[in-house]
Amino acid sequence: MHEFSVCIALMQQVQQIAREHGAGRVERIRLQVGPLSGVEAPLLQHAWPLAAAGTLAEDAELVIESAPIRVQCSQCGAETEASANRLLCGACGDFRTRLVSGDEMLLADLELSHIDQQRAQ
Amino acid sequence: MCDTCGCNITPGNEHLVQPGGRLARTGDGREAVTVLKSLLSENDHQASHNRDHFDRHGVLAINLMSSPGAGKTRLLEATIDALGDEFSIAVVEGDLETENDAERIRARGVEAVQIATGSACHLDAHMVHDALHRLDLDGVDILFIENVGNLVCPASFDLGQHRNITLLSVPEGDDKPSKYPVMFRAADLVLLTKTDLLPYLGDFDPQRAERCLRQLASEAPLLALSATSGEALEDWFGWLRGELRAQQERRDRGETARPRIQPDGARLHADMHSGHHHQHHHGDAASGGS
Ligand SMILES: Nc1nc2c(ncn2[C@@H]2O[C@H](COP(=O)(O)OP(=O)(O)OP(=O)(O)O)[C@@H](O)[C@H]2O)c(=O)[nH]1
Ligand SMILES: [Mg+2]
Ligand SMILES: [Zn+2]
Ligand SMILES: [Zn+2]
Repeated sequence: MHEFSVCIALMQQVQQIAREHGAGRVERIRLQVGPLSGVEAPLLQHAWPLAAAGTLAEDAELVIESAPIRVQCSQCGAETEASANRLLCGACGDFRTRLVSGDEMLLADLELSHIDQQRAQ
Repeated sequence: MCDTCGCNITPGNEHLVQPGGRLARTGDGREAVTVLKSLLSENDHQASHNRDHFDRHGVLAINLMSSPGAGKTRLLEATIDALGDEFSIAVVEGDLETENDAERIRARGVEAVQIATGSACHLDAHMVHDALHRLDLDGVDILFIENVGNLVCPASFDLGQHRNITLLSVPEGDDKPSKYPVMFRAADLVLLTKTDLLPYLGDFDPQRAERCLRQLASEAPLLALSATSGEALEDWFGWLRGELRAQQERRDRGETARPRIQPDGARLHADMHSGHHHQHHHGDAASGGS
């Protein structure tokens, strides 16, 4: 599966940001991964330690949040909840809807700490 | 391809690479950095470069996705046979192993580059970029990128293509769009292949396949065809001609196109170029914003 590639890409992004901020350690990583992102959160959690081993994010906590699937109808305008393989308007049943949330695959934020902080503690 | 870009340093992030531009530290607190970038932003970035490359060469790039054996290569063979004189075609083939598919294409007199992905179950933008260095796109009208046979992973990786096509072959069953919504939502065109087998697989209902597709809020056209019998191939050729015309018109206007479900990718890519924002947990005037 491709979750390992995604973890490697995440790792590179995290390392770059940590470097840009002169951080010594990454403490926490928060992702947003929707049910329609094509990425499975449990598989990401599983692959993460392999990708993070030996890096400054080795001990980081990986928090994966999932947004519900919501669609907006282009016919009646209603915004309703939907499921992965039934993205119809919950109000009028039309199939011409736009996904409002549920396909995100984002690195939301990071918590970093600095070397000198660690020394001081 | 990337020599003129210089986009690693953007107005949004250049302060981070300038001396003294680094963030001030807070007392004991951790530093919280808001990123809000796609997990695949590195891939998406390379994909944009690939797309620029295609547009500069006036090439229409089409990504073919399906489960293994749904008939991607066979369809390309039939397409080359019928349209080889009308258009100049080139092919990038993705498979875990072997040069087989590229050899099948070359046997028809068309340039083909094989990417052997090894263990990777999908193509990504970097692999395609590498393949482009082995392919002369001058004079090429259509580049087909045949992805690794897999109904899950390829959907997540933008390669720089203009259009996605997902194939569903009759032996796979008509409810595949419901089982693999991410893949079928990504399609600009769905091709129902191997229709010559319909008489032997009595329970496959093309209308049910289309219903499953519409339930994914997809307005993508669905064309049923058979590469072996030649049935309804004209509809497919018509779609291709239309897309090629549209691509040439876009090119004249200096525009490009992305597969249908990637507007988020576009937005995220723009975000990436504007850099990321940061904030600190513990108010510290010296840290400021970006
Ligand atoms: N009956 C019938 N068989 C077909 C048709 N199209 C392809 N096939 C057969 O299906 C098998 C697989 O076809 P390919 O074109 O190699 O499939 P593919 O999607 O390229 O396979 P991978 O690259 O391995 O994922 C071959 O034996 C083809 O001859 C069709 O329209 N009708
Ligand atoms: Mg093939
Ligand atoms: Zn509605
Ligand atoms: Zn660049």
